[in-house]
Amino acid sequence: MPVQVKINGIKMSAEPQETVLQVARRSGVHIPTLCHLESVESTGACRVCLVEMKLGGKTQLTTSCNAGVEDGMEIMTDTPEVQKHRAANLEMMLGRAPGSQKIRALAREYGVYESAYVPSEDPAIPGCILCELCVRVCEALGHSALAAVSRGGKKYIGTPHDKPSESCVGCGACAEKCPTRCIEMTDTKKTRTIWGQTFDFVSCETCGAPVMTVRQRTHAVETKELPEDYYTTCVACKQKNLAGRFARVGS
Amino acid sequence: MARLQSTQQLRQLKERIVAEKPADRRAIAVCAGTGCKAFGSFELVEAFRAELEKQGLDKEVELRPTGCHGFCERGPLVLLFPEGRLYQRVKTDDVPEIVEKTIKGGEVIERLLYEEPGTGKKFEKEEDIPFYKHQHRLVLRSNGLINPSSIEDYIAIGGYEALGRAFEMGPDAVLGEVKGANLRGRGGGGFPAGTKWELCKKQPGDLKYIICNADEGDPGAFMDRSIVEGNPHAVIEGMVIGAFTMGAREGYVYIRQEYPLALERLNKALDEARQRGLLGEDILGSGFGFDIKVNRGGGAFVCGEESALIRSIEGRRGVPRRRPPYPAQKGLWGKPTNINNVETWATVPLIVAKGAKWFTGIGTEKSKGTKIFSLVGKVNNTGLVEIPMGMSLREIVYDIGGGIPGGKKFKAVQTGGPSGGCLPASKLDLSVDFDTLIAEGAMMGSGGMIVMDESTCMVDLAKYFVQFLRSESCGNCTSCRDGLDWMHSLLQQVCAGEGTMELLDQIEQIAETVRVSSLCALGSTAANPVLSTIKHFRDEYEAHVEQGRCPAKVCKSLITYTIDADKCTGCLVCAKRCPESTIEGEKKKPHRIIQDGCIKCGVCLDVCKFDAVHVE
Repeated sequence: MPVQVKINGIKMSAEPQETVLQVARRSGVHIPTLCHLESVESTGACRVCLVEMKLGGKTQLTTSCNAGVEDGMEIMTDTPEVQKHRAANLEMMLGRAPGSQKIRALAREYGVYESAYVPSEDPAIPGCILCELCVRVCEALGHSALAAVSRGGKKYIGTPHDKPSESCVGCGACAEKCPTRCIEMTDTKKTRTIWGQTFDFVSCETCGAPVMTVRQRTHAVETKELPEDYYTTCVACKQKNLAGRFARVGS
Repeated sequence: MARLQSTQQLRQLKERIVAEKPADRRAIAVCAGTGCKAFGSFELVEAFRAELEKQGLDKEVELRPTGCHGFCERGPLVLLFPEGRLYQRVKTDDVPEIVEKTIKGGEVIERLLYEEPGTGKKFEKEEDIPFYKHQHRLVLRSNGLINPSSIEDYIAIGGYEALGRAFEMGPDAVLGEVKGANLRGRGGGGFPAGTKWELCKKQPGDLKYIICNADEGDPGAFMDRSIVEGNPHAVIEGMVIGAFTMGAREGYVYIRQEYPLALERLNKALDEARQRGLLGEDILGSGFGFDIKVNRGGGAFVCGEESALIRSIEGRRGVPRRRPPYPAQKGLWGKPTNINNVETWATVPLIVAKGAKWFTGIGTEKSKGTKIFSLVGKVNNTGLVEIPMGMSLREIVYDIGGGIPGGKKFKAVQTGGPSGGCLPASKLDLSVDFDTLIAEGAMMGSGGMIVMDESTCMVDLAKYFVQFLRSESCGNCTSCRDGLDWMHSLLQQVCAGEGTMELLDQIEQIAETVRVSSLCALGSTAANPVLSTIKHFRDEYEAHVEQGRCPAKVCKSLITYTIDADKCTGCLVCAKRCPESTIEGEKKKPHRIIQDGCIKCGVCLDVCKFDAVHVE
């Protein structure tokens, strides 16, 4: 049974399993996010997707990424209250990640140019806003090599016991999806270094470019029951190869 | 230990126990709660055992280690039955005299009686002591009466009869009774337990869970610990009744690892309940089966939040999640789950046994029954108190608590644990109930109550609580994790006299963001200590930032210790005790504190017998 909600005064019909953010986005209403990714669980960590929610006579702020729609919900996505608290949260995150262009640009939209907040603990990873998107992505990919450690201001993201993790395959998804791009990942032609360990790349049979790490291939081959030589060419060469074959079929 | 096959057999067992141990039998109840244990009450029990044996009285006089009696300030406590005579601060050396004079001779030993501070009046019976007289002990009542490690003792006072009654009533009628009693959750939120139960009961499926939240983490709070230590079967009975009502087959008690005594007694009680057929399959021959597992918490304050607690049982990081869905809909392992705290569960058997009408006769219009508080801080009678809802703060602090020690002035009372609010003297006549406290920016919480006198700096206090919450935030939400860290830094500046008036506004603004934009109750209430102290004690904040002065003389950066040369006799005591050796002076000549080296620890002030050390 679809539910009826209002977003910024406009009536909308939504599926009960949808989140406020999903309904807003597919209706063209912009809500900023930093730690949200459609394919992983939303935890409402960064707090920039805050919206004002009126339900059953009660008005409160809530994060839209993890709020399921309910019948009769009225959502306002850009009230002064929403702006004020998004700005305050952004100022805190800018204090953690002063070098992040993404956060700086978003903060600027809310009138925050510099942050007066300086975290009292030295960060384990400079620029990390502790949103755990990396942890969630890693878990969703079936590795769970990362976790949040400790709590409060001492919280940080790391591998178990801060040692190189056997579960890590060096896929780099954590670094790729990190909103502040703070996870250090160094690639050479043959190797990738991340989370304290160095992985060998599988080199493209055709051009020699990195395809993926050897451990990532092993994991993929094992879990997806693929032939061992499944990943032998890089994406570019694979495309070129395929295009050539289509061209031959076409002629 | 034979299994009980029916409520009839339970009644027969009770009659047999009561016949063996009549109520007018002579008994010595020694408080064996954690507080009195720290004072040596376990040794006291052994001393009584040896003495009774020596005197050949061990058959005639029952020796009963019990749970916490509440009056921790005066422990170890010894309660003598049938008279109800209370001896306090009892030492092992007193034991032969007690047995000789009081047990054998019926004579009262004056020195061991409670003496009221100020008036010097002595009280012989527990029930006459003002600390107990003004209380209304429903849940705590049994603590002083029974041995928590004996299921027979619990059955003797009517234990598990409510469960038998629940089986006769059926789940719908029990739910009606709990709803009718308007029992509100004692763990903090004050949400009606009946409404929660109903939602969980309505959920389809036969796999449901019941959880008892015994993850009491507030600094200075020990209500739940004392119930589990003193009367674990009441909690178990409440949970079985709840499980029967909602149709759950499995339950968990999530209890702090730091509560070894409570854990030990709970496990013993669970074992005995199983042996007696009060847990497990076919309870009391009703056909209903339910069992309880114990899950030990790792000491994270946030795991007292229900969704974080559930994740912790699942073996995951204790982080709250957004609700809805509520645990009643989707809880432990994704199944409908009902979670209540220790005190709530322990109240359930009383309601089922005596009825909703009896329960609603106690308390205020919207807050029914009684509430247990751990009354601590600058108050004469610290301990565990149970009061009817609606009693005023003044009655608690002065009538039960006996006022402020050392002739000092009352300054504030903080209710509701670390994220509660501080209320000033002008609010002392407030009614203590869920809604009044919230309206005043404080809260009931799980029942911590800290009394402060004029020597407490409210800014320093706010900083302390923010520091606690900053460390205990799970770290998920930016607003809670970083907001509290930021507020803490700014409060440190205020305490160091480096603040400005703008800084106070900034603290208030951050506090507001922490309050409105954090996910769980830890974040949304974390600003209370700061907001309530700024509201009621703004002058103290202003003294710090505008005049660089700490009126309570607590904030080290803003105070100076000096020695009054006229009063100093040159005894050298302070100079010897100064940890930094920063007091100079010769014998019989006035001493002087070298300010550069002074760490403001206050040792000189404490040791000076001539009132020569001043703090400004």
